[in-house]
Amino acid sequence: MEFVLLALIVIPLGVCPLFMLIPSQYPQLSRYLAALAGGALFALSLLVFVVYEFDGGSGLRYELQWDWMENIGFLRENGITFYLGVDGIGAPLVLLNGVVIFAAVFVSWNIANRTKDFFVLLFLLVAGVYGVFISQDLFFFFFWYEVAVLPMYLLIAVWGASSEFGTFTRTKEYGAMKLTLMLVGSSVLIWVAIFALFVEAGAGTFDMTVLREATLDEDFQKWVFPLFMVGFGVLAGMWPLHTWSPDGHVAAPTGVSMLHAGVLMKLGAFGILRIGMTLLPEGAEFWAPVLMALGVTGAVYGSVSALAQTDLKYMVGYSSVSHMGFVLMGLASMNEIGVNGAVLQMFAHGVMTALMFTSVGALYDQAHIRDMTQFGGIAKRMPRHSAFFAIAGLSSLGLPGLAGFVAEFHIFVGVFEAGYWWAGGLGILSAAITATYILRMLSRAYFGPLNEKWAGLKEMRIGEQFAAVILIAMILFMGLWPAPFIDRISETVEMIPGIMG
Amino acid sequence: MSTSLEWGLLAPEFLLAGWAAFIILIDLFWGGLGKERLGWLAAIGVVAAGGLSLIWVNDAKQFGELADINDYTTLFRVLFTGIGATICILSARYVRDRLLNPGEYYALILLAIVGANGMAAAHELLTAYISLELLSFSLYALTAYAKFDLRSNEGGLKYMLLGAFSSAIFLYGIGLIYGTTGSTQYAVIGEVLSGDTSDIEWGMYLGLALMIGGLGFKVAAVPFHMYTPDAYEGAPIPITALISALAKAAGFAFFLKLFAVAFLPLIDDWRYFIAGLSVATMALGNLVAIQQRNVKRLLAYSSIGQVGYLLLGIAALSQDAASALVLHMIGYVVTNLAAFTCVILYYNWTGKEEIEEYKGLAERAPYVALCLTIALFSLAGMPLFAGFATKFILFQAAADQDLLWLAAVAAFFSFVSLYYYLILIREMYLGEPEEKTRFQTPWLEYTALTVLIAGVFLIGLYPKPVFNVVEDATATIFVSEELESGEDLVGVP
Repeated sequence: MEFVLLALIVIPLGVCPLFMLIPSQYPQLSRYLAALAGGALFALSLLVFVVYEFDGGSGLRYELQWDWMENIGFLRENGITFYLGVDGIGAPLVLLNGVVIFAAVFVSWNIANRTKDFFVLLFLLVAGVYGVFISQDLFFFFFWYEVAVLPMYLLIAVWGASSEFGTFTRTKEYGAMKLTLMLVGSSVLIWVAIFALFVEAGAGTFDMTVLREATLDEDFQKWVFPLFMVGFGVLAGMWPLHTWSPDGHVAAPTGVSMLHAGVLMKLGAFGILRIGMTLLPEGAEFWAPVLMALGVTGAVYGSVSALAQTDLKYMVGYSSVSHMGFVLMGLASMNEIGVNGAVLQMFAHGVMTALMFTSVGALYDQAHIRDMTQFGGIAKRMPRHSAFFAIAGLSSLGLPGLAGFVAEFHIFVGVFEAGYWWAGGLGILSAAITATYILRMLSRAYFGPLNEKWAGLKEMRIGEQFAAVILIAMILFMGLWPAPFIDRISETVEMIPGIMG
Repeated sequence: MSTSLEWGLLAPEFLLAGWAAFIILIDLFWGGLGKERLGWLAAIGVVAAGGLSLIWVNDAKQFGELADINDYTTLFRVLFTGIGATICILSARYVRDRLLNPGEYYALILLAIVGANGMAAAHELLTAYISLELLSFSLYALTAYAKFDLRSNEGGLKYMLLGAFSSAIFLYGIGLIYGTTGSTQYAVIGEVLSGDTSDIEWGMYLGLALMIGGLGFKVAAVPFHMYTPDAYEGAPIPITALISALAKAAGFAFFLKLFAVAFLPLIDDWRYFIAGLSVATMALGNLVAIQQRNVKRLLAYSSIGQVGYLLLGIAALSQDAASALVLHMIGYVVTNLAAFTCVILYYNWTGKEEIEEYKGLAERAPYVALCLTIALFSLAGMPLFAGFATKFILFQAAADQDLLWLAAVAAFFSFVSLYYYLILIREMYLGEPEEKTRFQTPWLEYTALTVLIAGVFLIGLYPKPVFNVVEDATATIFVSEELESGEDLVGVP
């Protein structure tokens, strides 16, 4: 099994040179290769998720540790190791990444401009994401974290689309630059915090299992935790540093939006949990109320902003901010059920937002606009597309039986249990607003009388339908049978220091 | 004192100097060889000298009282000859198309390498100073080599006038240090300074300050950087690459050895001074780079920024930091040469060097655009490439020496640098080219580029072998080990 984990990094990195070798006049070949690699990653991710079983300790399984640098300079025994392993939190997120990349390949099937370059960068991004989820060494954790950000600029700026508004334009270059600079800028904080953590622990190693055992001074934890919280928080779309997210996601091509909103934003929340809360439990406890306040503000602000949007993609973008706010609230509750809920929400939001972007992208490809007030009754022309979008929307507003409900229910129970009545109340308000904008969008754009302008719309492509079906299968899986997820997550979460049982 | 000198220890330098004369003679008597082949011939000599220096791997010899031939010297000899050979190969077409008098051009490059080697080998101030001058004068002449180009003349003149001025300052510093400590030997100076220095304080500090100023000029640290952009912009591009790689690396080889052996006892006095220079250099280099419109000036300011990171290694001076510094320098040199190779290739094709003129390069030469992108991301410290690993190690080494704030500043400016690199990347990938035709592929340059990019990946993905070599090298200049890292800073209660 440990080599399956290795393959999760090696496959996406390994296909990059293969893509480059394919002559650019055969884009179809690149697409087949991408589908093959995506399928393999999906299968292996599913395997990791299914096979994973809690086994005591911190829940880490299938470890693979290779020396990379040791006993040199400031590094001692096991200084920096290429250390892979997956725990109950990593397993569902690995699955999430596998699902979304597989779906994203089919959604990106029609990319005609520099097809192979697109897939090189896309798979580089995927390799980075896998690396973060399964690295147990702080150096490599950060390494992969940056790898995941590396290709974003070109992915958005070359293949993205600019948005025209009445009075101004949001160009794709603007979205790409804003996203890249905010993410890399925030990672400076993470970087500094890692330096400080390494020195303070004094163990001469970046091995996280060792750092976890190190006793760190409480005052130290209190000043370093916010660095991690804000540094990772930016990628998690934490209010008020979420502004890159709607602009970046809207500018990005559909497949990239799916991966970015679906998976990449989870890296931020995952980092807060895996690095911040696990290594600095006392710091986390001290700052939890702040994280809760920021999370709930993001949840409410995101949903209110989404309510105000008429552009479908911006609406989805702001709904991501809102849902990531729920994730942060779950983390900030610092109790088992709340943190469980946060991880569940990461998965749930990942698949449903990927589905939403798939749907919006499919519509935009035909209509070339995304303004929901211009549409009307298109369910008559695109029944499947409408059904898919509706399912994503219903999951998003927390309909029982779909993934979103399971996750949000855990989070709210956790938040109330931790005594944050005000935050729980506002969170539920935010969920209600979500219901409003989703249902309003469905009624305006999809149902009601058909606007004759759109009589020529055709059903979404078969590849897109396939992608949507996979994503819906995951939404139903988690919504109807959450036990496999909860089992895996909760046992690992219990082992995190500072989490209330 | 009559020590018999082992002249054989300097064989690589003799070879280089002899080869320089040989190149001039060939050019004089056998013009039929062609300007291009002359460059390759020069490269052969440089590579041979580099190979020759491998004789002293794991050896520790002294050339009289003047120089050490040990791992430190060998590492830098190999690095400098590597730079020199690359530059000779990259110059071949450029010189053929645009310059007169190729013989002297290559001869000066070879002599510059001799000077650089001397700076790394010297363990005595006057030898180091003479080597420094040999390097500098070769570079002054080379900067002004395009004699019909006004920018080249301007750059060369500025470089020379300011360089001569800084040499004078540096020499005055040497004089004061000699006057107060009674020796020009690094080791003796170190011994004197670790004793009681209360009666020589003023002269000593003044001398130290003047030496830092002089060295700061040679490595282009702010506020001694004023000549850099003009010299970079004016010089023929391969010479720009040579200045950015060889002059900086040699400057730091000297800087590091001098401060580790001679001035380490005073570290508490100069640490924050150097740290201040480091911050100023990072800030100015990276912020002013944002406004540049010319690729050579952009790389000039970016290299000033890189000097800031290297100075951070000096401020945190310890063996760990020294190793990290040298590792980062090697990574920087390889990356920067790769970037300059792309700039030279583009200039050879089109004669253009403005950032906006790079538009559409990805259409016309996808491989060059890819390599330049990789090099720029590496300079910005992105992972998979050299810049990330070496910066991580360097900044962590500084944090280990209680300079976390400085590491934080460096990490911040490293992020700032990403912005201006992205501007160039944007032009290459998003700009529409004026014509869509592909450029012809010059295989030799492409091979050199591939090797350099492979180096960028090697250092980025598995720097351990290089780091081990560097560690052995720096061990020779830290014999006393009195500031061995870590132990007193460990935070575990």
